[in-house]
Amino acid sequence: MARFGMVIDTRKCVGCMDCVVACQTENDVPHGHCRDWIVTETRGEFPSLSMEIRSERCNHCDNPPCVSCCPTGASHVEPFGKTVQVTANRCIGCKACISACPYGARFVHPEGYTDKCTFCLHRVKEGKDPACVSVCPTRCMHFGDLDDPKSEVSRLIASRKWHVLLPEAGTKPRIYYLD
Amino acid sequence: MLEITTTRHNPFVDPQLAVWGWEIPVYLFFGGMIAGMMILAGAAMLRIARGEDPESFFSVQTPLLGFVLMNVGMGALFLDLAHKLYVWAVYLTFEPLSPMSWGSWVLLAVYGVLMLSALLRIEDSWPWLARTFPGVRRLSESLASSPGKLRALAWSNIVLGVALGIYTGILLSSMVARPLWNSAILGPLFLVSGLSAAAAMVHIAVRVLPGRPAPQGLVGGAFAALWQPLGARPPRPGAADALVKADLGFLFAELVLLGLLLIGLLTAGASQQAAATLITTGPYALAFWGAIVGAGILVPIVLQVAELGHRIPHTVVPALLVLAGGFALRWVLVNAGQASQLVQSAAR
Repeated sequence: MARFGMVIDTRKCVGCMDCVVACQTENDVPHGHCRDWIVTETRGEFPSLSMEIRSERCNHCDNPPCVSCCPTGASHVEPFGKTVQVTANRCIGCKACISACPYGARFVHPEGYTDKCTFCLHRVKEGKDPACVSVCPTRCMHFGDLDDPKSEVSRLIASRKWHVLLPEAGTKPRIYYLD
Repeated sequence: MLEITTTRHNPFVDPQLAVWGWEIPVYLFFGGMIAGMMILAGAAMLRIARGEDPESFFSVQTPLLGFVLMNVGMGALFLDLAHKLYVWAVYLTFEPLSPMSWGSWVLLAVYGVLMLSALLRIEDSWPWLARTFPGVRRLSESLASSPGKLRALAWSNIVLGVALGIYTGILLSSMVARPLWNSAILGPLFLVSGLSAAAAMVHIAVRVLPGRPAPQGLVGGAFAALWQPLGARPPRPGAADALVKADLGFLFAELVLLGLLLIGLLTAGASQQAAATLITTGPYALAFWGAIVGAGILVPIVLQVAELGHRIPHTVVPALLVLAGGFALRWVLVNAGQASQLVQSAAR
């Protein structure tokens, strides 16, 4: 069984926000809400500065706190690709998962249920990449099976230095950022 | 230096988490108070079942007001839900890792036990109900006259009261993303705070009601029941001193637990230390030190010690302050907790 994840090369990302627009168009994300977004992180003191641009979204964690806190099972790990998904008609809108997520990846959809990135599972089932990956003009985003050592994502993780977001939270996020 | 800019702009998530508004502190406050009332009532029922004189103490009937307040708390909880029409989904499953799922089922059991316990003196509190439904009166008499049934009801109240009082704290402390809540102290803290709020509520009834005709309306009858033990006459005046002593114990315990909470946060990692500053020196410091520690705990302790020493007359002031402090505790912890977040290291 596949375990989907994403690898994003921060050296190639220019923060153009194509991924953000593609997601909003593909998933009909309600106006004023974001399933993915761009973060610019600047470190150091002038003139010795370094900058990293990242495309962020739900990390589809291996140890997702949003799933364990959900009182109805609406927030669950989907067997296909072991991704974290929300069943809208089981969600009561208690917002516990939003409080539990250290990445701020979830929001309340105007219809009342909790919404977030799905890794475009509907596209992946058709053999396509998630919308954000497919439109990236610098090809900095890669999607695939982390459990398959021959997949592109596994080879990138094995051959390059990387980091994940807030590893100290113990959530084991599955989006890897190449340094 | 670490500077982060983001294009994310989700309502109630950015610039800082604020998904839980006034409804959750209101629910937590009433839930805690009801938990305290159930434990007090359970203790009183056990004494009655042992054959002790019911005139010497009180609070056996707190579940009636608890039942009324439970509806207020649950109403607030329902208002907080964003997908209200799907609330039934909570009772289609049991999620063992979710404190909220445990709480939902505990609340269902609490409702049942509160309703049954409220029947003990229903004829005095809500005579109109006993008149309309004679079966209710028969059930009430059957419960009150059987030590075995009383004991079972007492332990149900105590066990469920402890579960209800603790689960709300565990619910918050299980969220790794909010460092202010990352402490197992929250469970016992909310339980003790609920006990002091329950004792304060009984204390108010003790001060307000004697010498007046007992109200028998929906809320008034429930409130009056706080001061009506099993027996024809109200408790002896000296019984109030025991209540004040118990409340002093709860307040001291609350003070110790708050101290342990701060010590735990300030000696933990960078995220917990930053979270602690929100309530010690940050935007919630005035409410924390002024409303919770000062007006909600220290001042009532001083006033109640003076009352016990007969240096000042008994008044409802300490009880009102305890109630306000109990609500402030939930309000500050819910809001400051949402404002706290994991600190990203500046070095990598």
